[in-house]
Amino acid sequence: MIAEIVITALLVIAGVFGLVGSWGLVKLPELMTRLHAPTKATTVGVGAVLVASMAEHWRTGGGISFHELLITLFLFLTAPVTAHFIAKAHLHRKVAPAELPATASGVPWAGQDGARPAGAPGAASAADRP
Amino acid sequence: MIPYALGFAIGCFALALALNLWQVTRAREVPDRVLALDTMVINVIALLVLYGIAAGTGIYFEVALLFALTGFLSTVAYAKYLLRGDVIE
Repeated sequence: MIAEIVITALLVIAGVFGLVGSWGLVKLPELMTRLHAPTKATTVGVGAVLVASMAEHWRTGGGISFHELLITLFLFLTAPVTAHFIAKAHLHRKVAPAELPATASGVPWAGQDGARPAGAPGAASAADRP
Repeated sequence: MIPYALGFAIGCFALALALNLWQVTRAREVPDRVLALDTMVINVIALLVLYGIAAGTGIYFEVALLFALTGFLSTVAYAKYLLRGDVIE
């Protein structure tokens, strides 16, 4: 009975967090704020689903299965990496180097040290070329 | 009690998937679209695991694991392409 209540609570929490994550993705105004919603809320939602799945497997007498833990671990490891990569791509394409605060080491921000894509702020235009 | 919670969670994630799809179509920038697609993959993983709970089988965990792997790799490949103009240099 207690296991049922716990699984039910986990499933409801998972649904709410998943919905909040995707709603934030639609609602928040720009990419840098929008990154927060799926990488945090949705990851918690999926984590709760996977813990609920483990508990259900245990409740129905199958013992504790560790496959779900593997998926949870993988998602928790990869969500920050994808968020970092998307933020880097955004900085590279849309933000001029002059708009960013200075880094502590004097090395430019990631994605800002090489050639700028055509059309990005701070990119060399055709008129600048010799 | 659990079937109702399962229905609620599946409904929530289905609605979340629809919102992601709308975000993919209305996003103006490519990184925005990549972010929406990545969120879609995560929501599909949740739906797969929920279906696994509902069906009472363990075979969907392997599917979800493969989905997680390919989703991560495709997002990184997209971002790498946007950053460098090339995926594998």
